[in-house]
Amino acid sequence: MQKTLIASTLALLALTTSAMAEKVKFEYWYGLTGQLGDQVQATCDRFNASQDKYEISCVSQGDYATALQNTIAAFRAKKHPTIVQGVEVSAPDLMLSGQVYPAYKLMEDHGIDIDWDSYFPGIANYYADSAGRLWSMPFNSSTAMMYWNVDAYKSIGRDEAPETWEEYEQVLRELKEAGSACPAGYAPSSWVDLEQFSMVHGEPIATKNNGYEGLDAEVVFNTTLHAKHMKNIKRWIDEGLLVIKTRETGLSERDAFAAGECAHYFGSIASHQAVTEQVGEGFLWDVAMLPVYEGTERKNSVVGGASLWTLSGKTEEQYRGAAEYFKFLAKPESAEFWSTVTGYIPVTDEGFDYLVKKGFYDERPYKGREKAIESLTYTPVTPLTRGIRLGNFVQIRAEWTSQMQAVLSGQKTPQEALDDAVSRSNTILRKFERTYAGKTLP
Amino acid sequence: MQKRAYFKANWLAYLFIAPQLLIIFVFFYWPASQAMYWAFTLEQPFGGGNQWVGLDNFKAVFSDETYWASIWRSIVFAVLSTGLAMSIALVLALFADRQLRGYRFFRVGMIWPYAIAAPAAALAFRFLFNPQSGVFAYLNTLSPGLWNPALSGVDAMTAIIITQAWKQVSYSFIFFLAGLQSIPRSLIEAGSMDGARVMRRMVDLQLPLLAPTIFFLLVINMTDSFTDSFGIVDILTEGGPARATELMVYKIYVDGFQGLDYSGAAAQSLVLMGLVILMTFFQFRFIERRVHYT
Repeated sequence: MQKTLIASTLALLALTTSAMAEKVKFEYWYGLTGQLGDQVQATCDRFNASQDKYEISCVSQGDYATALQNTIAAFRAKKHPTIVQGVEVSAPDLMLSGQVYPAYKLMEDHGIDIDWDSYFPGIANYYADSAGRLWSMPFNSSTAMMYWNVDAYKSIGRDEAPETWEEYEQVLRELKEAGSACPAGYAPSSWVDLEQFSMVHGEPIATKNNGYEGLDAEVVFNTTLHAKHMKNIKRWIDEGLLVIKTRETGLSERDAFAAGECAHYFGSIASHQAVTEQVGEGFLWDVAMLPVYEGTERKNSVVGGASLWTLSGKTEEQYRGAAEYFKFLAKPESAEFWSTVTGYIPVTDEGFDYLVKKGFYDERPYKGREKAIESLTYTPVTPLTRGIRLGNFVQIRAEWTSQMQAVLSGQKTPQEALDDAVSRSNTILRKFERTYAGKTLP
Repeated sequence: MQKRAYFKANWLAYLFIAPQLLIIFVFFYWPASQAMYWAFTLEQPFGGGNQWVGLDNFKAVFSDETYWASIWRSIVFAVLSTGLAMSIALVLALFADRQLRGYRFFRVGMIWPYAIAAPAAALAFRFLFNPQSGVFAYLNTLSPGLWNPALSGVDAMTAIIITQAWKQVSYSFIFFLAGLQSIPRSLIEAGSMDGARVMRRMVDLQLPLLAPTIFFLLVINMTDSFTDSFGIVDILTEGGPARATELMVYKIYVDGFQGLDYSGAAAQSLVLMGLVILMTFFQFRFIERRVHYT
């Protein structure tokens, strides 16, 4: 008897509360898992706790590629989320889909004032149309850095990271002579070796200003400094200065660095948090900007990571919720939370200044992360350092990687491999151009 | 004259097969017709529009040398993994059938691997094949760098063949054992009374009588290795290094899902479907003739 009474009271209670809180629900699909995925979930929980009108429900879809695939599949069945997290290079694919509600317009339509000029140009331009308006909200953003083992440098009497690749080679030699079995780990990464490398050297990846000026752009990275760099990398591997470290061979490049096995690692600033946790008090290490070749003027690097896209076909109320969520993310407090729990960097001047004033970057473990901002803002963006706007670039990355694997296994010389990668990439670009025949980039 | 039972009212028969037909339609004919349509058009991922391009997608696929390479690779993979799986399964089944010690356990225990999903098996094998700490790392103690599937395409191919074969052994084993046990004991006994020893009985009695089973398993294993190897490749090698393990089915996934080239992937699916149909046809046409059903 008593049990039924309690049960019916509970049921009544549940009914009234659900009637009271007629929250507007909308979905957000993201492409991060593990620790990073948990932190994305935490931003959602914080948003839900911060107000009572909207309820965002955040769903991890695996990696970025899977998130986009699932979104497309869901879109075709009209069951897609309001917001999807898209990896930086998928920007042209989403822009041309015709199914995106541009972020600048979303905010404008809902009367939310965002200081768009506050976004770092190395980040904003990746997601902006030709008029400089942002089509997506920058979210988890990073850039490529060089991680170096300070203790290992001390053993060869150095205390500063190399600024040029020539000097870097010298360091590798000295480390090897001092008995290091792995002066640096190496795993081919299109993002570091091709994309960020070309940006900081101000070298083109493709014609038409890396694709920004039209869909008929062609990749040219077999003729630029990148070709010289890949030849050097191959030579360094052959001389034992670089040791191949991939997940398939055992420790990944990052894990080999964090274990103290290899003295260098090139990767995202987002790994700063993970390396901090893995190394602990093991040894001293730091990050530095990517080296450049002698005789080149260093340029700004660009963003890596992902941004948030709003899709068409949702209700007005859901769009308002999405706009509120974006507004929430743009707050300095949100930037602080995100930069504390992950290695990602703030995306606006405002957020960065807020952290600097709080002394966030003064001490370990966050010290050093400000160098990523330095790299991103090293020069004002030039036509060649806005980013990359090439269709199906995910496939081009895959082409590049598989050709580099052929170099590592000795089947091709670096130049042959790059020539093949370029010709195959251009086939991909032509097919993309044909698929979107008659359309132009916004 | 043989008398056949049949339904007088045809509609009842149609009613009975309707659920099955519906399932086949929804899960096979409909998607297949969709793929067929995409293969002749250029489809935008978000469905913004598509245009008829005739045979262009097929031309692109067949003029791509990496596609031809993936066809040969799939054939090598199918033949070697099927051969390996079936010969191991046959030997094991012959032993189990001879009721050697512990055969009761093996009769059941051998079936377990079949219950393991391909990706899970591949994950386990990733540890075994690891060139630094796996079981196969012992090869590197013989000669450094002898085994490295991350760099050597041959090693990577070996790795996925072994994994696929391992997964298929148990399935083949069940059928071989059942086939062996359905051979009348009296035949075997008659053989041994005539002085045929174990090996002779296997080669001259059991194997010929197993021919229908062998043929059936050949078809099933070959088809499986063409269409069901995705999980293994994805977890073990992701098609690498340098495409050395990019089988046809994996290339469809890479181009279609990762590369968002739906039309190219649809064309490849049709080619794969055609190839499997053709292969099965040839097996029935030319190999089945030599099989004698008892």
